[in-house]
Amino acid sequence: MSQTHRLPNGGRVDRSKVLTFTFNGQQYKGYEGDSLAAALLANGVDVIGRSFKYSRPRGIYAAGAEEPNAVLQIGATEATQIPNVRATQQALYQGLVATSTNGWPNVNNDVMGILGKVGGKLMPPGFYYKTFMYPQSFWMTYEKYIRKAAGLGRSPTQNDPDTYDYMNHHCDVLIVGAGPSGLAAALAAARSGARVIVADEQEEFGGSLLDSRESLDGKPAMEWVGKVIAELKELPGVTLLPRATVNGYHDHNFLTIHERLTDHLGDRAPIGQVRQRIHRVRAKRVVLATGACERPLVYGNNDVPGNMLAGAVSTYVRRYGVAPGKKLVLSTNNDHAYRVALDWIDAGQQVVAVADARSNPRGALVEAARAKGIRILTASAVIETRGSKHVTGARVAAIDLKTNSVASPGEWLECDLVATSGGYSPVVHLASHLGGKPTWREDILGFVPGEAPQKRVCVGGINGVYGLGDSLADGFEGGVRAASEAGFKAVEGVLPKALNQHHEATLALFHVPHEKGTARAPKQFVDLQNDVTAAAIELATREGFESVEHVKRYTALGFGTDQGKLGNVNGLAIAARSLNVTIPQMGTTMFRPNYTPVTFGAVAGRHCGHIFEPVRYTALQAWHVKQGAEFEDVGQWKRPWYFPRNGEDLHAAVKRECQAVRDSVGILDASTLGKIDIQGPDAREFLNRIYTNAWTKLDVGKARYGLMCKEDGMVFDDGVTACLADNHFVMTTTTGGAARVLQWLEIYQQTEWPDLKVYFTSVTDHYATLTLSGPNSRKLLSEVTDIDLDREAFPFMTWKEGLVGGVPARVFRISFTGELSYEVNIQADYAMGVLEKIVEAGKPYNLTPYGTETMHVLRAEKGFIIVGQDTDGSMTPDDLNMGWCVGRTKPFSWIGWRGMNREDCVRDQRKQLVGLKPVDATQWLPEGAQLVFDPKQTIPMTMVGHVTSSYAHNSLGYSFAMGVVKGGLKRIGERVFSPQADGSVIEAEIVSSVFFDPKGERQNI
Amino acid sequence: MLHIFCPHCGELRSEEEFHASGQAHIPRPLDPGACTDAEWGDYMFFRDNPRGLHHELWNHVAGCRQFFNATRNTVTYEILETYLIGTQPQFTEQAAPLTTTATREQGEKV
Repeated sequence: MSQTHRLPNGGRVDRSKVLTFTFNGQQYKGYEGDSLAAALLANGVDVIGRSFKYSRPRGIYAAGAEEPNAVLQIGATEATQIPNVRATQQALYQGLVATSTNGWPNVNNDVMGILGKVGGKLMPPGFYYKTFMYPQSFWMTYEKYIRKAAGLGRSPTQNDPDTYDYMNHHCDVLIVGAGPSGLAAALAAARSGARVIVADEQEEFGGSLLDSRESLDGKPAMEWVGKVIAELKELPGVTLLPRATVNGYHDHNFLTIHERLTDHLGDRAPIGQVRQRIHRVRAKRVVLATGACERPLVYGNNDVPGNMLAGAVSTYVRRYGVAPGKKLVLSTNNDHAYRVALDWIDAGQQVVAVADARSNPRGALVEAARAKGIRILTASAVIETRGSKHVTGARVAAIDLKTNSVASPGEWLECDLVATSGGYSPVVHLASHLGGKPTWREDILGFVPGEAPQKRVCVGGINGVYGLGDSLADGFEGGVRAASEAGFKAVEGVLPKALNQHHEATLALFHVPHEKGTARAPKQFVDLQNDVTAAAIELATREGFESVEHVKRYTALGFGTDQGKLGNVNGLAIAARSLNVTIPQMGTTMFRPNYTPVTFGAVAGRHCGHIFEPVRYTALQAWHVKQGAEFEDVGQWKRPWYFPRNGEDLHAAVKRECQAVRDSVGILDASTLGKIDIQGPDAREFLNRIYTNAWTKLDVGKARYGLMCKEDGMVFDDGVTACLADNHFVMTTTTGGAARVLQWLEIYQQTEWPDLKVYFTSVTDHYATLTLSGPNSRKLLSEVTDIDLDREAFPFMTWKEGLVGGVPARVFRISFTGELSYEVNIQADYAMGVLEKIVEAGKPYNLTPYGTETMHVLRAEKGFIIVGQDTDGSMTPDDLNMGWCVGRTKPFSWIGWRGMNREDCVRDQRKQLVGLKPVDATQWLPEGAQLVFDPKQTIPMTMVGHVTSSYAHNSLGYSFAMGVVKGGLKRIGERVFSPQADGSVIEAEIVSSVFFDPKGERQNI
Repeated sequence: MLHIFCPHCGELRSEEEFHASGQAHIPRPLDPGACTDAEWGDYMFFRDNPRGLHHELWNHVAGCRQFFNATRNTVTYEILETYLIGTQPQFTEQAAPLTTTATREQGEKV
């Protein structure tokens, strides 16, 4: 039997297009135009999932974004899995595969359900906190199983095959919601010539008109919608976005829209199409036409499948041609809900009774229902329903709201559908995303947007304007206002005529009383998605949770993807009554973005795979690849780490590269070092202030190493700066610190010393740097340059200009390895040619390319620091034994000088950088290992420092390390111990941090 | 995401082009050496955390790389003005109490 609950006619579905889909392994049929929820209901599928906490069977409850139960897993293949999709918001397509997100072994026979039944009373709010509290460390263990039992959908284990992207817009007026008020606003704004975006979360525009009984100008309301869409499409500067949820209202009118472009077409996006898109919109004015959301009444067993929102029943009947039952009981406190009774009769189904909580309802729709002979029970409500996997009956009884009690035993009415309506809650989520507190309005029994500094206009249902004619007028006026505030002249327009019916006031009933009292009555659910009952909220208030935010967190009311769409106001009302305060006194919780869940695909957009983050390559990347380099990431840079030959591992390669540099000559690509060009008459003075050492006497042609400190006196960068001319310097920084240092220079120049005439330009990418290092570097370089490399003519710490490989170059004679070294800087686009010439000339010298690892080893052998490895933001130059680099007599109080003279920075026993030599030369001290003086001390031991750099494979032939030790510089020759995790202890001698060539003779040959 | 008027570029640009650099109007002491530890500590570490108007330093890092000041309401996140380093704000807690909204909409072509 197919589509047992499909009405013979009606609805906006295309009955000529039959679509097959699968739910929990079973095949069903539906029509194009169906939502997944409509198709499931058409096939009489009652149980859609199991509830979050008690594992109770749940069915489809609503028809839109507010759906709490039908939250499904969608996807035909592993790679296309999407969790947390509301069946009410998913269009049906051929081959759709959906499964319940929880329920084990399946939704109809659920093991956890037994626990829910038996343990319902045993699982009060805070159950998990109370039960799994001790021992504290075990929470992590418990949590895994608790989460598994609850089931929240799952993410795919394979890569998403689809493409997602972002689009940025500026517009004059962004209209959120394309219901009657939104469309009226769109017309007004668009006709004025403003750039307008209209976004609506549904499959098609129309909002409440999609299933409305009402007419406009005497014709079906959707005809007017069609005309409006046609007109808007013709106007320039108008963008219409259906299937696009405005999910977040962010600062300064920045809104994010989640558009689902192809989710209605299939499991995967058609080839070449983007599946989902995030629109990032900066709007001059925003019109919020988000409408209102019906809220249910809270009564016993209101979660049994077959209980539904009244408006949702109308939607299924009128929009999808689906009757989710045969015999309807309606429980209401307002006039609007009567339309479901009329729709139901029109669909040829039976209305068993309407229970109206009001004592004498006389509104137009009520009278229309009376005229149809519908049985109306006044001052009554559905107290509870019965049925296990579907409703079989509802008990309607008279209630006394003054005493909040049941006034008569009432009667059980046989039915298979209970529609409920407790009035409407304006959808204030977006209006509240920026913290604007909603205001309670007693006349409409709902929260409306409060005052807010945002440049926005709220129209229609969100203002509590529910009549169609009023809504259109409110929308049009709002559109005019938004457009004129955005600088456009409004154009007059005539609105279609709507029949404004007389509606009587809604009665303030939220929680229907029960004879047994809330605690003992059948479960009365407030938040179906999070399984929060009225009893749980009352218990929370009795346990002392008085703030609405605390009640929310204790009970989970309105948590997660639900964001309190259905349960918020009812929960507040129950808490308020329990605490004997009014609803406005109780206040409401914060609504946060996003309004409905957004897929990670959409969030990531194009920022995934190899373009997740930009990668920076030097000009010599291709050559490194050809040499078989292994790369390491340094910031965004890819730097050659080592160049293995003949299957060497890291250690073997590094040992060979180190030896080659020490014995003959090596070449390193140092292009990634930050280079900042500094010019201006005050450049020298600026350097004096920013570096710890003195720059006044650095002659043109010379270079100097400098340390940079923060104001607190702690080292934060270092590098060599060369004097190109009296007003022109080039500074090098660490690879990772380049951007930070540039910003550091700028902030001091711009905010502290604007009187200094000096300018900074990053030239990191403009020059490639080739470092030749080793005793044969002079001989090799002399073969490719016209620069006089003579020891006297081109001394250490100077630079020269000339041709290298036929290309203009700056050559710096500086050394980071302790060997005779030349750093050749060439314009980056010539670098490859120069490199090839050097390599060719280097063959007789066994010129060996080396990577960052060898560079690290060689510099450590010389005791040169790496900022960020041997320092951690808590070390002064003195701590690093680099007091020689501190200009103690400089006249200006340079950055760091005051800080490093604080009492704490000059005390004894600070941690100081020293060399560490394991007593057993084969042992390697792990980097980061803690050091102690007394290895026999009981735990907790007194830690006196740690290892910062450590190398077992090097040119020295023994393992060595650098580290910081309390008072270390006065402890040279003493021993420290490093207790390891496995219980062993490595003993090391404190030595000078300069292991190799302490007199510095090798760089000066 | 804030919309910030860069007084150097003369345009409203999105927050992602900018970098916030903390409270504005905290000059480096002219003679740090003359500061007591307490005074130096104040300069180094102590900042206001007002509910209301806050003068802060911003950097147009992905634009002109220039620093400027902004007066921002920490409750509503409204930016009442941006102004050049070395100039004084028009809006202060005393001169513009919380209830008045920004009157000047820099850069917005209305």
